[in-house]
Amino acid sequence: MRSRRQLQVLALATAVVVLAFLIVLPHQYGSTNTTRWAQALYIGVAAMGLNLLTGYNGQVSIGHGAFFGLGAYTSALLVNQHGWQFLPTLLVAGPLCFLVGVAVGFPALRVKGLYLALVTLGLAVLFPDLTKHYVHVTGGTNLVAMTGSELAPPAWVPTSVSAIGRDDQWAYYVTLAIAIGLFLAAMFIIRSRFGRALIAVRDHEAAAATVGINTSFVKVSAFAISALYAGLAGSCSVLVDHLANADKVQTFQISIEFLVAVVIGGTATVVGPLVGGWLVVFLQHWISDSLPKHVGSISVLKRTLANPAASPAIFGIILILFVFVLPDGLVGGVRRLVSRIGRGDVNDIQPSTTPLTT
Amino acid sequence: MSLLEVRDLIAGYGPVRVLHGVTFNVDEGEVVVILGANGAGKTTTLRALSGMIPAKGVVAFAGHSIVGWQTDRIATAGVGHVPQGRGTLSDLTVHDNLLLGAYSRRDRAQINADIERWYAIFPRLGERRMQAAGSMSGGEQQMLAIARALMSRPRLVLLDEPSLGLAPIVTQELFRTLGDLNREDGVSMLVVEQNAGLALGIAKRGYVLEVGRIVVSGSADELAHNDDVRRAYLGI
Ligand SMILES: Nc1ncnc2c1ncn2[C@@H]1O[C@H](COP(=O)(O)OP(=O)(O)O)[C@@H](O)[C@H]1O
Ligand SMILES: [Mg+2]
Repeated sequence: MRSRRQLQVLALATAVVVLAFLIVLPHQYGSTNTTRWAQALYIGVAAMGLNLLTGYNGQVSIGHGAFFGLGAYTSALLVNQHGWQFLPTLLVAGPLCFLVGVAVGFPALRVKGLYLALVTLGLAVLFPDLTKHYVHVTGGTNLVAMTGSELAPPAWVPTSVSAIGRDDQWAYYVTLAIAIGLFLAAMFIIRSRFGRALIAVRDHEAAAATVGINTSFVKVSAFAISALYAGLAGSCSVLVDHLANADKVQTFQISIEFLVAVVIGGTATVVGPLVGGWLVVFLQHWISDSLPKHVGSISVLKRTLANPAASPAIFGIILILFVFVLPDGLVGGVRRLVSRIGRGDVNDIQPSTTPLTT
Repeated sequence: MSLLEVRDLIAGYGPVRVLHGVTFNVDEGEVVVILGANGAGKTTTLRALSGMIPAKGVVAFAGHSIVGWQTDRIATAGVGHVPQGRGTLSDLTVHDNLLLGAYSRRDRAQINADIERWYAIFPRLGERRMQAAGSMSGGEQQMLAIARALMSRPRLVLLDEPSLGLAPIVTQELFRTLGDLNREDGVSMLVVEQNAGLALGIAKRGYVLEVGRIVVSGSADELAHNDDVRRAYLGI
């Protein structure tokens, strides 16, 4: 058990270093980079929620962009149409998405696997239509654009956080605080009795019921919690990007990005989706912004990369490689590496000589 | 009054009826065995009792009609179930499997004491407590399934062919432990089996199920000496 204690210390030390880095980050980087990190954080938050549903509970959703959009719209409209401050909108967007999650979770009980994926896809297709029909804001488009002053930090915020003239910094810190809070909540959920029930229902639903787990309650709760995460992520995106966009392409694409973040970060690890969110955002920026500079004067490559289809294609290839090289995600891969170096791994299977029973 | 009273139980899958009116009972503290060939409806009977499939007829447990109840409610009311195939929660550790067995209990200290007791009864589980349950052998998983079902401290536990797929020596030890548990804890057991010899050894009474109907019933002794039973289930 000693190596286990060492791993815990190592994990804690890593957490402290990462946290310190995240806190000083806006002071080291310019606005562009700070915004990019904030985007990585909100994608990571939604992915954390999706991981509770898909990774831990086994319900695949490719429609969580709809909850993200709902959260974003709620915050954007409350600020833009009703003159609210941003922060209180979280108290509406979060619970609203939770309730819609419950409403979607019930019919989801009737379907599994690919069929569930299809139903949730329907959600992503339906949501943009609903916003178009029921929200008449900007002349029929699904876009709510905002100005920086609408989203300015309240007066009580110290300038070291709000940094006058740099609202990206305020947006970043709000998103970071929400990400940390929801990360701790996810840790708590996974280690609780409810967390074990989530996994039990995924592993063997019938057996889970025989120990007294109300499997319907667990599955609907997982849906609602993941919807809450996605919704709050959507709210943060309004603060970071100054707009709420719910067109079909955007809703669908971001749904897929959440899923990608879960898979490449590491399913069924709490920190994996945050790492995955970072990878999704920074890989795509790196491919479209930095990669063309690195190819230098090789004109064939330059012309290829200039093709608008090139970036998604390269991203796709990297994803495929990822799945083959690190099938259990980045965090899963690191974990395997650490346990191999650490030896005396708790999961080592040793032959036993004890009789089966006494 | 019996702990479990089953009368004219009818159940099946969709339009296919498998049980055509099954009647039997289990008294407090008793081990009862239901013998039956492959496909006779043994698993279906236990699934119907646990509320996993819809059923009609009378099922009274401790005086309450439990027909139509959800599986988790029946479990919480005091019916443990060791399902066919063991129902191992593969990705969870042995320890977490046992903790989940106590899902309906809130007495933390007592739960931990119970887990330690199971590690003493099945030392192999103790050695593997932090191992993923799915990586264990069939016999070890069967022990885990039994320990997990008993972690809820049920009044009645349903055991679906505990000997299936296990080496004879492992099965023998398993049945001896089941007999001990029945004597020491007084937990009632309903065992369905094809392996009549061992099951009758620990049972007080038994029934024979054939294509969804009870065709023979009697004391364990009577069944062990019944010519039909001997031919069909004891291979004599
Ligand atoms: N899930 C199912 N769907 C449809 N038919 C089933 C199902 N499970 C079992 N059956 C049928 O019910 C009958 C009894 O099966 P079962 O109760 O599993 O028998 P046993 O446990 O005695 O071997 C068999 O004819 C079997 O084919
Ligand atoms: Mg069977």
